[in-house]
Amino acid sequence: MFGFHYRLERKTIGMVLGIIGVASIGGIVEIAPLFTIHQTVEAAPDMRVYTPLELAGRNIYIREGCYACHSQMIRTLRDEVERYGPYSLAVESKYDHPMLWGSKRTGPDLARLGEKYSDDWHVAHMINPRDVVPESVMPAYAFLARTELRTDDLGKHLKAQRAVGVPYTDAMIANAPADAYGQASPDSPAAEGVVERYGKATMVRAFDGKPNDLTEMDALVAYLQILGRLTDAAHKPVASAEKQP
Amino acid sequence: MIGELTKSERQGALLILLALAVTGLAMAVGGSNDPLGTHGTLVMVVAIVGTFAVITGYYAPEPPESRLDSYYDTPTKFGIVAAMVWAVIAMAVGDWVAWLLAFPEWTFDAAWASFGRLRPVHTSGVIFGFGGNALIATSFYVMQRTSRARLPDQLSPWFVLFGYNLFCVIAATGYLMGVTQSKEYAEPEWYADIWLVIVWVTYFVLYLRTLNRRKEPHIYVSNWYYMAFILVVAMLHIVNNLAVPISWGSAKSYSLFAGVQDAMTEWWYGHNAVAFFLTSGFLGMMYYYMPKRAGRPIYSYRMSIISFWGITFFYMWAGSHHLHYTALPQWVQSLGMTFSVMLLVPSWVSAGNALMTLNGAWHKVRDDAVLRFMMVAAVFYGLSTFEGSFMAIRPVNALSHYTDWTVGHVHAGALGWVAMITFGAIYASVPWLWKRDGMYSAKLVEAHFWLSLAGTIIYVFAMWNSGIIQGLMWRTYNESGTLAYSFVDSLIAMHPYYIARAIGGVFFLLGAIIGFYNIWMTIRTASQAQSQAEPDYSAVGIEIPAVQPGR
Ligand code: HEM
Ligand code: HEM
Repeated sequence: MFGFHYRLERKTIGMVLGIIGVASIGGIVEIAPLFTIHQTVEAAPDMRVYTPLELAGRNIYIREGCYACHSQMIRTLRDEVERYGPYSLAVESKYDHPMLWGSKRTGPDLARLGEKYSDDWHVAHMINPRDVVPESVMPAYAFLARTELRTDDLGKHLKAQRAVGVPYTDAMIANAPADAYGQASPDSPAAEGVVERYGKATMVRAFDGKPNDLTEMDALVAYLQILGRLTDAAHKPVASAEKQP
Repeated sequence: MIGELTKSERQGALLILLALAVTGLAMAVGGSNDPLGTHGTLVMVVAIVGTFAVITGYYAPEPPESRLDSYYDTPTKFGIVAAMVWAVIAMAVGDWVAWLLAFPEWTFDAAWASFGRLRPVHTSGVIFGFGGNALIATSFYVMQRTSRARLPDQLSPWFVLFGYNLFCVIAATGYLMGVTQSKEYAEPEWYADIWLVIVWVTYFVLYLRTLNRRKEPHIYVSNWYYMAFILVVAMLHIVNNLAVPISWGSAKSYSLFAGVQDAMTEWWYGHNAVAFFLTSGFLGMMYYYMPKRAGRPIYSYRMSIISFWGITFFYMWAGSHHLHYTALPQWVQSLGMTFSVMLLVPSWVSAGNALMTLNGAWHKVRDDAVLRFMMVAAVFYGLSTFEGSFMAIRPVNALSHYTDWTVGHVHAGALGWVAMITFGAIYASVPWLWKRDGMYSAKLVEAHFWLSLAGTIIYVFAMWNSGIIQGLMWRTYNESGTLAYSFVDSLIAMHPYYIARAIGGVFFLLGAIIGFYNIWMTIRTASQAQSQAEPDYSAVGIEIPAVQPGR
């Protein structure tokens, strides 16, 4: 073996091919089957896509790096299920390009945050976390409430999402900016279209408390309120946690 | 520097800069109401400044033929200084975000100053800015010497270094503007990723061309590691960053993968960024500088072979240990755990090989702070790989995941291993490169060493404590069978440790600043003494690879 290596290490191309070959195996065995084995992602017929407003909120969540402190993945452990709710299923992030499972809980998990607090609570919390949780170490995001949401390119966002596999319809793409506005302006004519395209359960509210202007706060709160609520799948089986070691 | 390029290389440089300026202009126009436009302007300005620099030196005499008799080290010099600049900036940001977790009010109501945007500036700055520049610089140095061959041309090493630093600057400024893919350690967006591929392929080709000119029949161990670093990082980078931009005029893209597949791809990438960026490359560094500095051959050639292929094979399976108890299928988790535990073997073989190399040179370790940096690095390498294998065991990970224990583990590796071996290698090469008897001040090297060691120990102990306390509080039950602590309770318990960690960071940062000063002063005094320039190392015959084959 060492004699063989003694000869191999005289050949640049031999080393290069050796490294590529040896390094590829692990990834191929572990990743490729995830795309083909059907049990990997559960079936959830009621799963819906993000509305344009929620998607915009999700992009703000990404932009601000919230994932650096908050996970969105409840593990199959008893204490996590009791603290945060039913453990997360793969299907729940099926439309998440990219996923935001996170790796650090400087703050709590947010996978089941939706509808846990009121919109007002969220707005107050984002403007200054320490007004509602005095011990919090989270940064204040007051600027979100005074920044207008950019909507003109939302159609392109949906289109790119469709290109990577999220089933947005042509109508959703065409109406994306109007739907974003409508979802945060319940009294406007645009509001109906949102419910029509995304389902009755869609929350149509002035998330930031100001019905007439569409801010980044609207988008972010709309996103936070939908977390864990795109499908009911996780609530259906009795979420039995693995035994704690 | 332009004077070192041949005429045709100067023309090549102008062409490249022109292409870059045009690309920058296109980005600036196409993305005029988007951060992409800002980056386009940045690229264009950089290209124009570069063009002026080349034009200014364009008519300088061509470099003499005699240059081919010596190694080409100016790029290495640049890379080392760049690495130290990034080290100071990125560690300062790291310490700043450490303080932010204790004093969250310090964000001035500005978006760019919040924890979430600054944290990736720290992580990318230290890993890619500091680590990457150090790796590229030392790889140029080492591959020339161990192959006894000069770099094949004068242009491509500069393209690699400047291109790479441009990537780092785009990444860091992007985060401040909120441009990020959110994939940890792969945050830069699609256009930066494409640029990095171009730079990286050039780097790889340069490496192969140099190796093909070698006068040594064998490829030295260090080069195996540097090659694995270059090749595998390319593989990981390309697969994990596959994404669809929303338009050519926007910085935003959506990852090709979603949910569980995305998570697995990301951590296959993330874990192997640790393996091939923060381990493999730095092992290559260690295999050259440690035996050179100690004046001892590598202890065992066979151990080098076993650990090299072991690391290259096992690491690639281990990524799923980042996803224990998640929605990832359990068979993948189990594979990840198994391979992570097996990984301890080649890791400790490497660490052992390094420490055994020092046998017979321990008196030097005692007297020479530079060698001591390398020795401590090998010890921390052993320590953090042991810790990592331990944390990859499912029940242990149940406790450690999501807590500061992970951060403690990260920095045992990052400060103790990566930064220490780099400082050792830099302190060793600076006098060799600038032709001095030693560093400007040996006392300051000594001070840097102790500050680094103290800083690392404070940081790591603080995070071990806070992480384990946090993990235990989250899972503690009352007698009545309900959870004993709220999340906020655990947060309050972290406060003293966050302050301790930030103080440890100040120590470490101070050390790096002292190191920078010391290196700077060494260079400055060198340039004054340069008038009586001695002949360079000959490219023929002086350096002998420090391995004894057959043991
Ligand atoms: C815009 C980005 C962010 C959003 C949308 C966000 C959202 C939230 C929400 C909704 C909570 C309350 C969760 C609950 O109690 O169930 C929370 C808590 C917390 N967050 Fe964030 N967060 C963000 C960024 C950050 C960052 C960057 C940090 C780290 C410095 C952080 C640290 C914390 C901490 C320590 C708590 C616990 C205090 C509490 O319970 O409110 N957050 N966050
Ligand atoms: C002055 C020294 C340093 C200080 C004070 C420091 C501080 C920090 C802080 C506060 C975090 C965020 C942890 C959290 O989110 O809870 C962090 C993360 C990180 N740092 Fe450092 N750091 C330092 C040096 C380094 C160096 C030299 C490296 C690498 C070569 C490094 C690599 C990282 C990485 C990879 C992370 C992300 C960890 C994770 O996601 O688990 N750091 N650092």
